[in-house]
Amino acid sequence: MIEKNKDLPTPHPFMANSAEASFNEMLKVANVTNIDELFEQIPKDHIFKGDWNFDPALPSEAAIYKHLTKILRKNISAEESLNFLGAGCWQHYVPAICDEMVTRTEFLTPVWGTPSSDHGRNQVWFEFQSQIGELVGMEFVGLPLYSYGTAGGHAIRMAARINKRSKVLVQASIDPERLAVFKTYCGYPELSGYIEIILIDVDPKTGRMSLDDLKAKISKDVSAIYFDNPNYLGIIESEAKAISQLAHDVGAEVIIGVDPISLGVLPSPSEYGADIVVGTTQPLGVHMNAGGGVGGFIATRDDEKYAHEYPTLQVSLTGTSEPGEMAFGLTLFEQSSYGSRENGKDWTGNSVYLWTVANATYMSLLGPTGFAEIGENILQRSHYAAKKIAEIPGVIVTWPSGFFKEFVVNFDSTKKKVSQINKSLLSKKIFGGKDLSKDFPHLGQSALYCVTEIHTLEDLDSLVSALAEVTK
Amino acid sequence: MIKSKIRKYHAPVWDEPLVMQMGQSGRRGSIAPVTEPKIVETVGRALDLLPAGMKRVNPLNLPELSEFEVQRHYLHLSQQTLGMMGISLFGTCTMKYNPRVNERIVYQPFVAEMHPHQDPETMQGILEIVNRFDHLLRKLSGLDKFVFQAGGGADAAYTQACITRAYHASRGELAQRNEIITTAQAHPCNPATAAAAGFKIITLALEDDGFPSVEALKAVVSERTAALMVNNPDDIGIYNPHIKEWVKIVHDAGGLCFYDHANFNGVMTRIRAAEIGFDACMYMLHKTFGGPKGGGGPAVGAYGCNEKLIPFLPGPTVEENGDGTFYLKEGGENSVGRIREFLGNIPTVIRAYSWTRSMGIEGLRDAANISVLANNYMEKRLLEIPGITKGMPDVKGRRLEMTRYSLGELTADTGVSCLDVQNRMTDYGVDAYWLSHEPWFIPEPFTPEAGELWSVEDIDYWIDVLETVCNEARSNPELVKSSPHNQVVHKQNSTNLSDPAKWATTWRAYKRKYGISN
Repeated sequence: MIEKNKDLPTPHPFMANSAEASFNEMLKVANVTNIDELFEQIPKDHIFKGDWNFDPALPSEAAIYKHLTKILRKNISAEESLNFLGAGCWQHYVPAICDEMVTRTEFLTPVWGTPSSDHGRNQVWFEFQSQIGELVGMEFVGLPLYSYGTAGGHAIRMAARINKRSKVLVQASIDPERLAVFKTYCGYPELSGYIEIILIDVDPKTGRMSLDDLKAKISKDVSAIYFDNPNYLGIIESEAKAISQLAHDVGAEVIIGVDPISLGVLPSPSEYGADIVVGTTQPLGVHMNAGGGVGGFIATRDDEKYAHEYPTLQVSLTGTSEPGEMAFGLTLFEQSSYGSRENGKDWTGNSVYLWTVANATYMSLLGPTGFAEIGENILQRSHYAAKKIAEIPGVIVTWPSGFFKEFVVNFDSTKKKVSQINKSLLSKKIFGGKDLSKDFPHLGQSALYCVTEIHTLEDLDSLVSALAEVTK
Repeated sequence: MIKSKIRKYHAPVWDEPLVMQMGQSGRRGSIAPVTEPKIVETVGRALDLLPAGMKRVNPLNLPELSEFEVQRHYLHLSQQTLGMMGISLFGTCTMKYNPRVNERIVYQPFVAEMHPHQDPETMQGILEIVNRFDHLLRKLSGLDKFVFQAGGGADAAYTQACITRAYHASRGELAQRNEIITTAQAHPCNPATAAAAGFKIITLALEDDGFPSVEALKAVVSERTAALMVNNPDDIGIYNPHIKEWVKIVHDAGGLCFYDHANFNGVMTRIRAAEIGFDACMYMLHKTFGGPKGGGGPAVGAYGCNEKLIPFLPGPTVEENGDGTFYLKEGGENSVGRIREFLGNIPTVIRAYSWTRSMGIEGLRDAANISVLANNYMEKRLLEIPGITKGMPDVKGRRLEMTRYSLGELTADTGVSCLDVQNRMTDYGVDAYWLSHEPWFIPEPFTPEAGELWSVEDIDYWIDVLETVCNEARSNPELVKSSPHNQVVHKQNSTNLSDPAKWATTWRAYKRKYGISN
């Protein structure tokens, strides 16, 4: 047994065996007299001996709470302001029971059990996959991916593996964040698996993808076409069927990205030609979390051609030794990176599985009527805001119809920059729309405004009067 | 010898239907705010605002339930998830206490209701915590900068693969340097992400010492070497003592060296990536640093690197103004761009900062000591159970955070496999152990990890349950093979899972394949 010395831990609430009695009991059984014996494998010159100069420990919960909240209260949240930022992360109302479920310790803290001991969580996963499948009109859905962009990136790589082609056409109105992720996933020409990204112009009259440009760029060596609907600029790609047809005519796969909260009013992408559907899961009951709420999904027809290219894990409904009893198990595990290392389909790992709990709860709460209602709600509120903003002298809504939730506002005639306008709005506790002037220079001084069900008439009128004032 | 009294246990059984099978037409669980009449007067009917051909025609076939029914359903499912309610020594994942105070903090609007595109002036609290935590990790690793965009450990390995590309591309050597070297004991995410980034993979086999030899490494290093990606210690608890030499060999050949520090827990405050010579490393905040696992994320793979690689980091990065305030800086021309959208899973960065501050440097050292001691304590007791042997028994020296064992002898004697034992242990409220990553080179493997959380009584109980099950395997093997018997559901029938005609990842697929009408 060890003498009372430097090796004895200090009792800490997170470590049961930091108690002297427990520690000593383990030392005795393990036959250890000096802690350093336990590290005998490590050469002495590998061990760091310098000063740590570490911040002092705060083992008291009261102290750590005070420390963190003092720092975090420097933030100004979207909840205490009026927020019109969307652009890949959207402020929707999160029902209280979504938060209740994702903070349940049973769901929050575990990693991986057996099919029987994880049954409840596996069922949530299956209900997530099933309800996403209903929304997008597909029968095969995987467990979630890190984000909308990473789901799209993997989908593009799935298509390239399927048809052995290496060009993808992407609508030029794509979210620059998402496009940057696609570029990462599409690789470098010097290495294997490179996919060339070719952008398809935006029709300046409509905000939709230009069919003329698409026709000019599509060819039999195109692996896939990728477009979001609604697109990043909020516009509904109403010629989606024609786009899909053009792609299918050359044997290309059609990958469509969606915001599932729109699918109570918009058709499922499977109805207008999607082969692979991807999208975001954040609007379905997950807080924005400064961008830490994002998540994505991939869905396809239940066809081996697609199923065998999934990088994700997925649960399948199956049975047990007891007739009639439901259980869930992983399907196609062997093609994942866990099963096949570098020969697997891309890779998987920890993702955003906890958010499936919020997503499944959210989709169950809304149901078919709730999805239709929230879609209509967002349509009306966002169009009201656009209409009223367009009445402000010098302020133009670039595409005043055919959008969902987000729309582009141009300030060129006001001679003011979006950055100035947003600073002025901020002083009124309003977060103006996302500044597009750098990413979409041809749109001039424009901003992308996002309006959801959380914005009341009063909120929207406040925005309009503030905008009128700051653009004068 | 069994030390504890084995307690009665039975998992909750609600025989809970699928949510898609529940409810009644017309029931509502959530209602959107009523659209004010003035809005309706101004814009008209909602559906008229949609372009022709883009209105939903087919109604969604989603469940219709009241709010309480939804709540109770998911509460039942949470109860039917064992996880940390019992004892989980799931090796390689370092099961920890996830301090509840962190949930109280991150669910407040000053974290939850923050938008990533807000003016940085309004995000100073978050940027400060990211910066503070970056500095703590710099101290623990000796490296120069950390970013948190990667959504997990595998995503951090992918970050390394992308940075490796960008680094060699910036020097005009990428076409030549297209090989990444790893070992059979490195986590599968290393070869998998490197391959997805376009590299060829060279995997070194383990030798008798428990790691590949320096000669084996030298034989594959060349002007084609882009990088080395390795874990150390590995998840058998073996530390490669030649790792400094490895790093030097790869550096001398012009390659980068990445330290997958997945098993950092046992060597916290002893091993720093920078002193070993690595250019970069990865820590899992949802594991070593007290963030919750969530059944598989949201997670964070904290990626840190030295000065040489900073220009290649994904943007935006958090930078200091010098007056106690912070700004976001986009990546420069050499940046890899984005690995994922936005700054990363910020709530988990906050949780990890909170956990690390709560522990302090002495707490981290205590945690490492307790974890490695607990592993050696377990080893002593486990090897007394007939049928259990130690993986790679000839490797000398005490194992670190984890040891891999084999149930091969028990299986040979009884026909009971490591999966059967795992199932049966859940009948006692003890959740699954980790088996082994691919490739398996130890028969019927299992890899427990006690870490610093579990009390010596919990560890004893876990071992006692395992011993009880091993005894059952000898006295009544069928009991173990047909288990579980006290769980939410019985033994899963996995024969359908790889049959395309029978698998069903959605309820609509299941209904079609099995002829069920809704």
